[in-house]
Amino acid sequence: MKRPGVLSVYRWELIKLRYQKRTYLGLGASLIVPIIFVVAIHFRHDRRGGDFAFASYLTRSGLAVPLVIMLFGAVWMFPLITALVAGDIFASEDHNGTLKTILTRSLERGQIFAGKALAAATYAVAAILLGGTVAVIAGSIQSGFNSLQTLSGTVVSAPKGLELVYVGLLVYLIPIGTVVCIGLLLSTITRNSAAAVVGTLMVSLLFQLIGILPGLTGLQPYLLSTQFNAWQGLLRTPIDWSPIIRAAWVCAMYGVPAMAAAFLVFLRRDVAGG
Amino acid sequence: MSVPRRGSDTDAPPPVEVRGLVKRYGELTAVDGVDLTVRAGDVYGYLGPNGAGKTTSLRMMLGLIRPTSGSVRLFGRDPQQSVKALDDVAGFVEAPAFYAYLTARRNLELLAAYDGDEARSRVDHALATVELTGRARDRVGGYSHGMKQRLGIAAALLREPKLMILDEPATGLDPAGMRDMRQLIRGLAEQGITVVLSSHLLAEVEELCNRVAIVREGRIVYEGMISELKRGAGTTYRLATTDDERALAVCRAQRGINDLRVQHQRICFTASGEAAVAELSQALVEAGALIHTLAPETVTLEDLFFSLTEGRDGDRMASEDPDSVEVAR
Repeated sequence: MKRPGVLSVYRWELIKLRYQKRTYLGLGASLIVPIIFVVAIHFRHDRRGGDFAFASYLTRSGLAVPLVIMLFGAVWMFPLITALVAGDIFASEDHNGTLKTILTRSLERGQIFAGKALAAATYAVAAILLGGTVAVIAGSIQSGFNSLQTLSGTVVSAPKGLELVYVGLLVYLIPIGTVVCIGLLLSTITRNSAAAVVGTLMVSLLFQLIGILPGLTGLQPYLLSTQFNAWQGLLRTPIDWSPIIRAAWVCAMYGVPAMAAAFLVFLRRDVAGG
Repeated sequence: MSVPRRGSDTDAPPPVEVRGLVKRYGELTAVDGVDLTVRAGDVYGYLGPNGAGKTTSLRMMLGLIRPTSGSVRLFGRDPQQSVKALDDVAGFVEAPAFYAYLTARRNLELLAAYDGDEARSRVDHALATVELTGRARDRVGGYSHGMKQRLGIAAALLREPKLMILDEPATGLDPAGMRDMRQLIRGLAEQGITVVLSSHLLAEVEELCNRVAIVREGRIVYEGMISELKRGAGTTYRLATTDDERALAVCRAQRGINDLRVQHQRICFTASGEAAVAELSQALVEAGALIHTLAPETVTLEDLFFSLTEGRDGDRMASEDPDSVEVAR
């Protein structure tokens, strides 16, 4: 008999996500928010833009829309969407008693953990890429698929701008990956879906709070919240890789221990409830 | 009904071998040095009152809980070391749990995928065995408790187990459901599957199981054949005569008549053997106490269970009965 592996768990975790409302809640938010944002731009009286990065570009190029969504989505929207699944994926099994059901089949705990972690990460990637793609399409309909002005003032063509947007989304996935790790940790520790989802969001917001506290600005480069802006290095001429490299190791600094702790907790824990 | 043991390879490790199993939660000792052996072909009852540590023991057997000390071996393999120890093993502890938003078939397909390639081909047969084929496309969230219990059995059957561990499989079922569950378990035993059955339904255990372990406060107070347990308890006789006062006096004087007491206005005693009973009946007639009834009373597993789990070890049930009066010799 061929023994099952991580891919079996991964595949079925994705199937299970298809049948759960929270999946559509998160993906729905990724889909709707850029559309609402574009509609708001359309009806805005002040066409000069706001006082945030890329605000003035919004009416000139639709490619600015995903950048602004990434900017504001980092505050709570994307961490919350990510936490909806990462925080729930172990805790709901505990709550429903299904953990004991799957742990008494032919899969090692490590395989189940890996499959679930991969599924939570896949969902986060899907949500971010969906949000970004919808923002590109909606923005292009509203403001046109035009060339994009970088943060250094240079102008890149629309296709190059599109490439930068998608590479930016990939860079954005680095801190999102850390949120996944934190969500998985809280999911295994709390065994409570709501606590893990809210807890993950709270951790994300706490980083932002620390970032604005007077006297702690020196910590800013090393906070998780700061790494959500690393993609802006791509919009410099020449490209500034330093914030992206820093995001990689800072996020690893938070994410790897969280993931390792989640793994060990899941591996060693007693499944006494349910 | 006792289930005859099927022939087994005596060199093969037993389906379940538990030695010195302990589980502590802080100050609380939930399982306290449990030793038990389930042999191939057994239908093994695991009995005890609530909180006696039955489910904790079963969870340790399935590798869900780490023992504080002691060992579990399933067919010689340690479930704490690898899930491979659960090959040939299936079952559930407490109520079987499924994904409420998936259909029964989807749930079984998922579990089959977690069992390996071949299990998927057994989904239809498993559903048919528990008579859920017609409801296979319904979401489990809409299932009754009894249907979930049956689906739990179906999920276990996917693994084609040699050992089935079932924790309270008939709990919450209506009489028809309980009957069906009994038939199902009997069918499993007839197929040669070793069954470990934890249950509160002592009549069911007595009917289905050949061997039992009775656990009290985390410790095994009896492990062995039900028939031996009953034999060890001796046979209680009930006596009614035309003159019970005189009959009591005769019983007191008669050799081989023990544990004499009056219970529910009947004289009760145990006898050292059938000869002692025969001598007593002759003595009663000679004394003028004509016999209305002199009958052995079968001790049930329930009597023995309460005796072992509620009384002091070795106490007899009758001595705790408020209607029972011991008679001094």
